[in-house]
Amino acid sequence: MATTEIQPASAAAPPAQGARRRWPRLAPYLFLAPAIVLFVLFLLLPIIYTVYLSLRRVQVSGLGLGPGARSEVWAGLDNYRDAVTDMELWRGALRVLLYGGILTPVMLGAALLFALLLDAQRVRARRFARISIFLPYAVPAVTATLMWGFLYLPAVSPFHYLLEELGLPQVDLLGRVSVFFSLANIAVWGGTGFNMIVIYTALRAIPAEIYESARIDGCSELRIALRIKIPMVMPALIMTTVFSVIATLQVFSEPTTLRPLTNSISSTWTPLMKIYRDAFARDDIYLAAATSVVIALITLVLSLGFLRLVQRRAFQDEQ
Amino acid sequence: MKSPLGMWRNQHRWSNTADAPRTPHRFFGKATTVAGKATATLAVAATLAAGCGGGDSDDDGPIELTYWAWAPELASVVEIWNESHPDVQVTVVEQAGGDDMVTRVLAASEAGEAPDLIQAEYQALPTLISNEVVADVSEYVGDISDEFGEGTWQQVTLGTDAVWGIPQDTGPMMLYYRIDLFEQFNLSVPTTWEEFAETARAVRAADPNRYLTTFSANDPGWFAGLAQQAGATWWEVEGDAWNVEIDDEATLRVAEYWGGLVAEDVIDDQPMYTPEWNTALNDGTLLAWVSAVWGPGVLEGVAGDTAGLWGMAPLPQWTPGENRTGSWGGSSTAVTTDSDHPEEAAEFAVWLNTDPEATTALVRESNIYPASRQAQASPALQEPPEFFSNQPDFYSLASEIADTAVGVTWGPNVNVTYSTYRDAFGAAITDGTPFTDAVHDMQEATVNDMRDNGFALAE
Repeated sequence: MATTEIQPASAAAPPAQGARRRWPRLAPYLFLAPAIVLFVLFLLLPIIYTVYLSLRRVQVSGLGLGPGARSEVWAGLDNYRDAVTDMELWRGALRVLLYGGILTPVMLGAALLFALLLDAQRVRARRFARISIFLPYAVPAVTATLMWGFLYLPAVSPFHYLLEELGLPQVDLLGRVSVFFSLANIAVWGGTGFNMIVIYTALRAIPAEIYESARIDGCSELRIALRIKIPMVMPALIMTTVFSVIATLQVFSEPTTLRPLTNSISSTWTPLMKIYRDAFARDDIYLAAATSVVIALITLVLSLGFLRLVQRRAFQDEQ
Repeated sequence: MKSPLGMWRNQHRWSNTADAPRTPHRFFGKATTVAGKATATLAVAATLAAGCGGGDSDDDGPIELTYWAWAPELASVVEIWNESHPDVQVTVVEQAGGDDMVTRVLAASEAGEAPDLIQAEYQALPTLISNEVVADVSEYVGDISDEFGEGTWQQVTLGTDAVWGIPQDTGPMMLYYRIDLFEQFNLSVPTTWEEFAETARAVRAADPNRYLTTFSANDPGWFAGLAQQAGATWWEVEGDAWNVEIDDEATLRVAEYWGGLVAEDVIDDQPMYTPEWNTALNDGTLLAWVSAVWGPGVLEGVAGDTAGLWGMAPLPQWTPGENRTGSWGGSSTAVTTDSDHPEEAAEFAVWLNTDPEATTALVRESNIYPASRQAQASPALQEPPEFFSNQPDFYSLASEIADTAVGVTWGPNVNVTYSTYRDAFGAAITDGTPFTDAVHDMQEATVNDMRDNGFALAE
C-alpha cells in the first residue's frame, strides 16, 4: 500500500517534495493502524456501548404481555444510583478484600520462597521443580475448581476419609468462614507457579558479581537473599502484586463453579458474580453495565494509586 | 459405578428438565472486564447475525423452519414430519437447555434473528411473551385445549384467550423412596406431610448417619412445585394488573414445615445435583427423593447401583385423603414473532405434541413425559422405565398423579424470584434464620423488580 502511494507522487516533480515530507509523518500511523483498529473494535467500542447501556433501562406498561408493552428508555444515572446503593455489592467487595487478604500474601510469599530456593546455589532437579510448581497454572480455573470441589465434599473427599480413619473430628471445608480459605487455596494452587516464574526470571537477571562481592564480604546465603535478592526483585514483586490485586478484584470462575455445591456462596458473593447475575439471571443488562463501569473505575483508581505509591521504588533503575 | 465426573456432569443434563442454571458459567474467562463483557455481547450478536435466518424461503422451494430445542434426539422425531410434509421442512438446531437458551433467544430476538420455533420452559414463557419473543398462535391452532390437562394448558395461556405455546412435556411431582431401606428400618410410605416428618425422625433415630431426604436451596423449581401443591398462587392476572403473592399462606406453610425439619436436623440441608448428593443417593445415605416424573432418568444417572430398589408413590398430602401435586419442570413448543410462517410453524408445533406417531417418538427417542393426555396412555408408556422394572404400574400411576397436578400462572420475572430463592434459602440455612424470612425476601425482590420495570401491580 505504501509503495502505491509514493510512486505517483515521485513521478510529478513539484508535489514530490511535499509528499516525501508527508510520508515520514504518516508512517508511524500506518504501523499503528492494525493495533488501533483492533483497539477501537474490541475495546473502545464495547466500552462505549457498555456506558451507553448503563444509561438506559426498560420501561414496561400494564401487564407487559401485549405487543409494544416493553420499550427501552433513557435512565439518566438511575442505574448508577441503584448500583452503588445496593449494599450487596459492597458486601461482595468486602468478601473479595478478605479473600484477597488471605490469597495475595500467601501466594506471593510462596512464589518468592520458591523462586529464592530455585535460585539458591545448591539445588537439585531444578528444571523438574520449576515445571512441577508451574504446572497448576496451566490448569484452567474452572477445571481446578471442579477438582478441588470434589476434594472439599465430605462424601467424595479423601481428606475427610483420612480424618475419619484417623479418628479425628471432621471439618466443614465449605462453611461460611472456611469457604474463604478453600477458595483462596484454589487460587494459591493455581497462581503460585506463574508468580514464581516472574520473580525467578528477575532473580536470574541480577549480575553474579554482586553475589561474589557479597560473599567476599562474608555474607551468608540467607543474608544475600534478604539484603540483596529481595530488594533487587522489588519491581517484579510490585508487578506481581498489582496483577494479583486486579485478579482478586475480578474473581469469578472459582466461586461461580463452587457455588452449586454449597449454601455458603451466594450468587452475589463477589462483585463480578453480582454483575453476571443481574445481566443473565435477572435480565437487567443495564444495571449490570452500570455496575461494570463502577467496578472498572474502582479497579483503575486502585491500580493507578498503588503504582503511584510504589513508582519510585519500582522504576528507579529506569530513571 | 459411573465416574464421579460423569455424575457431576449429569446436573447439566437435568438443568434442562428441571430449571436452574446450575451449570457453572464461564463465558468470559478469568478476567471479566467491562470491555470483555461488551465484546462478548458483540461477538454473540455477530454469531447470531451470521448463524441463523428466521425462515427465509424462495417462492418455489419448500418453507424452511428453524427450531431451537434441547430435548435429546429431537431431530429424529422431526424427521417423521419432514418426510410427510415436503412443503414445510423443519431443521432442529440443538441448544444448551433452560436458562441459557432464554438468554440466547432474547438476544437473537433483539437482533430480529430468532428461529421460527423454540422449546420454552413454562416458567420462562411470560418472560418471553413480555419481551415479544413468542407469538400468540390461538388463531392457527383451533381448539386443542382438551388434549391437555387443565393445569398444563393454563401454563401456556396464562389464563387469557391467547395461546403462547403448545405443551410438550410436564413434570408432575411424586415421591421416590428406597423400598429395601424402608423395609430394613420398618418404615411405611408416608401419605401426608405429617407422616413424612415422622418418617424423617424415625430414620434419624434408626441410623444417625442417614437422612430421609434433603432440602435444596439450589432448586427453586422444586420448591415452587411443593408450594403449588399446598395451594400457592405466586402470580395472578387481576384485570389489567399482576397480583404477586409469593409470601401467601400456603408458601409460608411449606417453608415453615421444611425449615422446622432442617432446624430439627431430621432433614439434610445440602443442595441436590452435587457429587455429594449423587453419592448419598447411591449409597443409601438419603432414603427418598421428592421429585418429578422424569426422576428415573436422573436416578439412573447418579445412583446406578440402586436399580430396582426404588419405588414411586404420590407426593404426601397436606390434608389426609386429598389428591394434589405440583409441577417441577416441563416445557412447550412456541412460535416466535420473528417467524415469517407462523401458521405452518404452529401447525408443526401442534403435530409434534399431539399426533400419536410424534408423541410416541418423543417418548421413545427423547425420553420425555408427554403433556398430551392421549400420549400419556400411549403404548410407549405401557412398560415402566428400566430403572423401575420392579414397578410395572409406574406410568399408569404417573398418569393418575399427573391428573392431580394443580394449575399455575407464572409471572414475567420468574428469573428474579428464582435467583432470590437460591440466595435467600442458602443464607437461611447457613445462618440458621427462619425459612419464612427467605420467602418474604423472594416476595420483596420480585415485587420491587416488577415495580422498577413499570409493570402494573394490583395492591
